[in-house]
Amino acid sequence: MISKLFQFKGGIRVPHYKDISNQESVTPAKIPSRLVLPLHQHIGEAAEPCVNIGDQVLKGQKIANANGYVSAPIHAPTSGIIEDIGDYPIAHPSGMSALCIVIQPDGKDQWAELESRAKDYTSIDPSHLRNIIRRAGIVGLGGAGFPTFIKHNPGPNGSVDTLIINGSECEPYITCDDALMRERADEIVCGILIIKHALNAKRVVIAVEDNKPEAFQSIKKALDEFDEKTIEAVQIPTLYPAGSEKQLIYTITGKEVPKNSLPIHISVVCQNVGTTAAVYRAIHHGEPLISRYVTITGDIGQPKNLEVLFGTPIEELVEQCGGVKGTVRRLIVGGPMMGFAMHQLNLPVIKTTNCVLIDAESSKVFREREFAMPCIRCGSCADACPIGLVPQQLYWHSKAQEFDKAQDYHLYDCIECGCCDYVCPSKIPLVQYYRFAKAEIWKREQETQKADTARQRHEFKQFRVEREKAEKAEKHRQKKAALEAKTNAKKDDTKDGVKDDKSDPKKAAILAAMERAKAKKAEAKTKPQNTDNLTDAQKHLIEKIDARRTERRAAESKLPAGKEDERRSERREAESSRETPNKDPKE
Amino acid sequence: MLSAIFVLGLLALVFGLILGFIAIKFKVEGDPLVEKIDGLLPQTQCGQCGFPGCKPYAEAIAADEADINQCPPGGETTIIALADLLDREPKPLNPENGAESETTVVYIDEQTCIGCTLCIQACPIDAIAGAAKQMHTIIESECTGCNLCIPPCPVDCIHIKPIGITVDTWRWDKPIAIAEAKS
Repeated sequence: MISKLFQFKGGIRVPHYKDISNQESVTPAKIPSRLVLPLHQHIGEAAEPCVNIGDQVLKGQKIANANGYVSAPIHAPTSGIIEDIGDYPIAHPSGMSALCIVIQPDGKDQWAELESRAKDYTSIDPSHLRNIIRRAGIVGLGGAGFPTFIKHNPGPNGSVDTLIINGSECEPYITCDDALMRERADEIVCGILIIKHALNAKRVVIAVEDNKPEAFQSIKKALDEFDEKTIEAVQIPTLYPAGSEKQLIYTITGKEVPKNSLPIHISVVCQNVGTTAAVYRAIHHGEPLISRYVTITGDIGQPKNLEVLFGTPIEELVEQCGGVKGTVRRLIVGGPMMGFAMHQLNLPVIKTTNCVLIDAESSKVFREREFAMPCIRCGSCADACPIGLVPQQLYWHSKAQEFDKAQDYHLYDCIECGCCDYVCPSKIPLVQYYRFAKAEIWKREQETQKADTARQRHEFKQFRVEREKAEKAEKHRQKKAALEAKTNAKKDDTKDGVKDDKSDPKKAAILAAMERAKAKKAEAKTKPQNTDNLTDAQKHLIEKIDARRTERRAAESKLPAGKEDERRSERREAESSRETPNKDPKE
Repeated sequence: MLSAIFVLGLLALVFGLILGFIAIKFKVEGDPLVEKIDGLLPQTQCGQCGFPGCKPYAEAIAADEADINQCPPGGETTIIALADLLDREPKPLNPENGAESETTVVYIDEQTCIGCTLCIQACPIDAIAGAAKQMHTIIESECTGCNLCIPPCPVDCIHIKPIGITVDTWRWDKPIAIAEAKS
């Protein structure tokens, strides 16, 4: 059954240079003297190390945990000792260093205890399958590195219409997927069946560009061996960028992925062949993702594909491929269209490294980029754009930093495929302008967000200060009022206590009670108790004591009267100063 | 002639009433221009413009009492944005207010901090955590780099540090322009 294919707009024909590196069969690269594993090898949050320096690790043992939902764990590619956890140069366009785990291999290559092998994947629940894939640290091996388990969620419907397996590998020079399809077609087919089960896909298509007939035949053969009729193998025309997700989906289904949405929104899932094989190894063998096929090509002795452990320095791979012809001008990580240039070889291979392209000084294939000439508005870029954008307008606005206008021309739909760049007769580095514009817009957006939070926090602080002031003032006022009331009451008592006696029954009652108490006291004073049956001696003693008492009272009353009052006022002052401690000097 | 005057007068009255009603019904609280200007300012509340915060500066600009080139943290970007909004000519940053510099944050040398709370009172956005006689610390993710906390510190334990670029915050540069490349 040959299904109808659709032709996407634009695209370019580029010389593919694939036969440089796909002549030899793939061999495993040697275990290097040390492995440097960056913690950020995928899209999303960087992984978090779960080992310490000096720990002994085994092959396949987890050394870093996934940090959040969009993240992936990292496993030790071979057995050895954790030598360091620190900043090392990584393959990143910035040329900067990032946190890496360094393993010194012990040469034994001893496996850790692996996850139990699944005998029959069809009996496993899809969500459990996704968990195994997640734990195996599998990310998209096509280049973007999006955690695979997220893609394997069929969504609320419980099924997807189309599962597309991407074996098109449209960029020049890269042949790692080609080699994988030639050599491990059975693994790919098994992997496809697992993903099909996980997604409950109605239609499964494996797409291979027609410049890879051997790979296509190999896949066909594997499908025949498995007697698998549900998977269609399709040859698609060779046209860059046919392997880009959105273009491939259009080619196969004729559906366009809408702006700002994902393929799953139109019920399509697209998966690279390398990822598919990794899924097979995780489910059937319990192996985590620790190696991949990498194309080593360009100006070197023997360009070829190697099966490389993650963390292997590119330098050692180049050595194994016959070394550089002459001196290195730069190396390109990824393909020549979408990759980025680096200027040192001591960089580790990570999960998304599909190709390393060496450009030597003496190179005849690559030339130093010519100086850009002014745009002549020829419109070639618009013809080449596979998205249907107007690259020249984007260029003008990005260059003039008129980012609003660039966004009006759908800057964010640009996939940075480099077609416009390639066809430009003036050799303008268009994609660089778009990357710059996107970065600048993103930066400004972040700044605005930060300013907004700062404004909110500032306004809240002002509100808080005002509120505290008001609270303090209120407290002060209340205290003052209470004090005034007290003094007023006292004044009332001393001034006109008698006058109000009759009018206020309460006061009258109090006064009456006081009178009664006084009378009682007086009575008690005049009438000493327990004096009925005292002896004469006792009576005499009491009289004596009474006499002494009266004498002392008379002496005390002679003392200066002011002294006692003075002491009391002093005490009051001390108390009042204690009541208002640490007063703010500003107030 | 009389009827025409009458009709026109009536129309004027009706429209006047409608306009008057609308003016009351849809009255805009506050000055929307001030809000717009304030939205463009970087909200560091640093006071380098000579006003006690971004909002007062925005009010001054709206009232035409201040120029648009007095905000060093915002720099050229802010000046251009303000010029666009107010339909004025952009001009270079006034050197009296300071120079445009890289955004920084501050950090407290916690060994030296005596817990006096003076910096907490100075911080315009409450980005310093701490209490009296307790060690203070800067909430770095909130710090706007206004440096207002530095002068009040009695033991000089607050220092400026630049926000370093990491692999995650790195951005592509603008390609070199054609004329520059030629020369």
